[in-house]
Amino acid sequence: MKIALFATCIVDAMYPRAAQATVAVLERLGHEVVFPQGQACCGQMHVNSGYLKEALPVVANHVRAFESEDYDVAVAPSGSCVASVKHQHPMVARHAGDAALEERADAVGKKTYELSELLVDVLGVTNPAAQLGSYFPHTVTYHPSCHGMRLLTLGDRQAGLLRGVKGLELVDLPEADQCCGFGGTFSVKNADVSSAMLADKTANIRSTGASVCAGGDYSCLMHIGGGLSRQADTIGTLHLAEILASTETEPVAVPGPAGRTVKVVAK
Amino acid sequence: MSRTPIGMPGLRPGIGNLFAEEKFPSAARRELGNSQLRKNLKHATSTIRAKRLAVTGELPDWEELREAGSALKTSVMARLPELLEAFEANVTARGGTVHWARDADEANAIIHGLVTAQGVDEVVKVKSMATQEIGMNEYLEERGISAFETDLAELIVQLGHDKPSHILVPAIHKNRTEVRDIFLQEMPGVDPGLTDEPRRLAMAARAHLRAKFLTAKVAVSGANFGIADSGTLGVVESEGNGRMCLTLPETLITVMGIEKLLPTFSDLEVFLQLLPRSSTGERMNPYTSLWTGVTEGDGPSNFHVILLDNGRTNALADEMGRSALHCIRCSACINVCPVYERAGGHAYGSTYPGPIGAILSPLMTGIEAEENGSLPYASSLCGACYDACPVKINIPDILVHLRGKDVDAHRGGLPSELDVGLKAASWALSGGRRLAAVEKLLPLGRAAAGRDKKIKKLPGLAAGWTQSRDIPAPPAQSFRDWWAKEHKRP
Repeated sequence: MKIALFATCIVDAMYPRAAQATVAVLERLGHEVVFPQGQACCGQMHVNSGYLKEALPVVANHVRAFESEDYDVAVAPSGSCVASVKHQHPMVARHAGDAALEERADAVGKKTYELSELLVDVLGVTNPAAQLGSYFPHTVTYHPSCHGMRLLTLGDRQAGLLRGVKGLELVDLPEADQCCGFGGTFSVKNADVSSAMLADKTANIRSTGASVCAGGDYSCLMHIGGGLSRQADTIGTLHLAEILASTETEPVAVPGPAGRTVKVVAK
Repeated sequence: MSRTPIGMPGLRPGIGNLFAEEKFPSAARRELGNSQLRKNLKHATSTIRAKRLAVTGELPDWEELREAGSALKTSVMARLPELLEAFEANVTARGGTVHWARDADEANAIIHGLVTAQGVDEVVKVKSMATQEIGMNEYLEERGISAFETDLAELIVQLGHDKPSHILVPAIHKNRTEVRDIFLQEMPGVDPGLTDEPRRLAMAARAHLRAKFLTAKVAVSGANFGIADSGTLGVVESEGNGRMCLTLPETLITVMGIEKLLPTFSDLEVFLQLLPRSSTGERMNPYTSLWTGVTEGDGPSNFHVILLDNGRTNALADEMGRSALHCIRCSACINVCPVYERAGGHAYGSTYPGPIGAILSPLMTGIEAEENGSLPYASSLCGACYDACPVKINIPDILVHLRGKDVDAHRGGLPSELDVGLKAASWALSGGRRLAAVEKLLPLGRAAAGRDKKIKKLPGLAAGWTQSRDIPAPPAQSFRDWWAKEHKRP
């Protein structure tokens, strides 16, 4: 299968290792990955902040970029950005009165998958240890990001994949379904409420005793990781893709909260 | 309170207790400092959440019920003028009197006239959001008429000279020790040895209220439902105080928002399942009172219903926002909202707090009124409210829609820091080459991060981020760059 990677702007610029891991996992399964060069961002920061006019060129660019390449399906290592592509892009076009763009956005959206959705529903990954050689000998807790959970109804897909990683012990996160408080510009416009939500999330993460908090969205992980780092905690954050890509021969390092590499202790 | 006339020509914005008088972030900051409040809210909302999930989860057709509720309300909004006239005709035919109030002032004036016509200076009240919204108690008080709240929590709020902070549990911000203190200070004839045991508190309130029920000649209520094809009104409640008010006095005045209509009596089947399960987390509420006009020798002989607009037509005129009028005031969205749980109800200013309030208040008053433009931002858009809503109001989508209206309302003025930043970001994120050019600046971020690879302090708006979070040093190379230079095809 020919798979177009939508890296998302935050991963492209800040967490390239999540996109590299996505490429590694897909290639390991024998698929061809392409990277449409014109891509930049889904535009949800603009949409969610009420700047629909400013979101329009961002949305139009995404649609153009993912029309310019020939591929079977597109994938992004983010539930939130995929939800934006699927649900917000047609809305932004409609709001601007551009029916043609709305139709094109809808077509791109229909071909776009969140990573766990693609792996489980389309590519038939049921056993990451066997199918991908996934190996990560650490205690992990998992934060299911709101948009993946509620807008894409990913259900158990991400946690299920984590459970299938060799050596990984998954511990339940108390109040897992509670938002971490990121919310894009909410985190700065309502910084106090956002910080209070984050404090509860990091306290719950700490209570699990896990050495890593995993997730499917680097936006939320940047928020959670930023909080853990400020609280001088040693718990690191990792994207699902990085854990799936980790193998016995090439294990992913467990990062400390500020990107500091903590010594890997195999169990 | 100042009133800003806005909206479509011919539309009258809502007035009364529908305003954030302070921007939400600063009101929330103050409320967050109240650790007792946060403890109470955490306990109360998590208890009620669990109860709701248990009783909604046990129904195999819960999702179908939500669909039915949503479809019925959509149909009501599409046929509102016709249904309102049918309702008026049926109430009138059964001996009731219908009044129309375009806003809070008109509603209050009608109520005042009806009360003074009875020659009384006291009324008893059934818990009602509509009368909170129009500020009826204060209006009557200024004119020498006392309105006594008979719902236990409303009574606590009233005796404490306080404001409700939740639509279902108005005194959610008070714990039982605080309630005891209020009763000791404010309740006439209270036992000075009163403890904070819930049963003792309830008994004290009961003794205080019984005298009012037996002497009141006039009662004021709201309504959960108005049935167009029969003229029937309905109130659901837990304590029985409503039943007393609705049956004992000679005169009953009911204030009902125009969106509370249901087409037919059998539609109650859907809503009497949706409402109690979503609000108190009960299969059925203890008291359901339904009445139709006047029945000789049974209940009030003088019955009036006031149909209240107060900005509802403004909300109806907003194609994206009108489904907010589907709201049946169950408070499920409030109980699951992480922002409400931390900021509390008073931070929203309006009678309607939480996610529904953050859309309903600006829809009814117009986005430019007071500080209501700050309310749609009081959400991380986590979507918990939409999942919980029994009539499927897509609150996150409406929040985003109203943010758009707020941003558009401020265009043309002096651009804010966010305006400038997002305009620049719009350019940078509209092309792969543009983003690649910006990513060439990543080493600057690495330099700023210093030796521990953390960025700990940023200026301006971004200071909101660094007040509680670090940013890791950016990578040496973007993904795009890595792909072009280093990715080896398998």
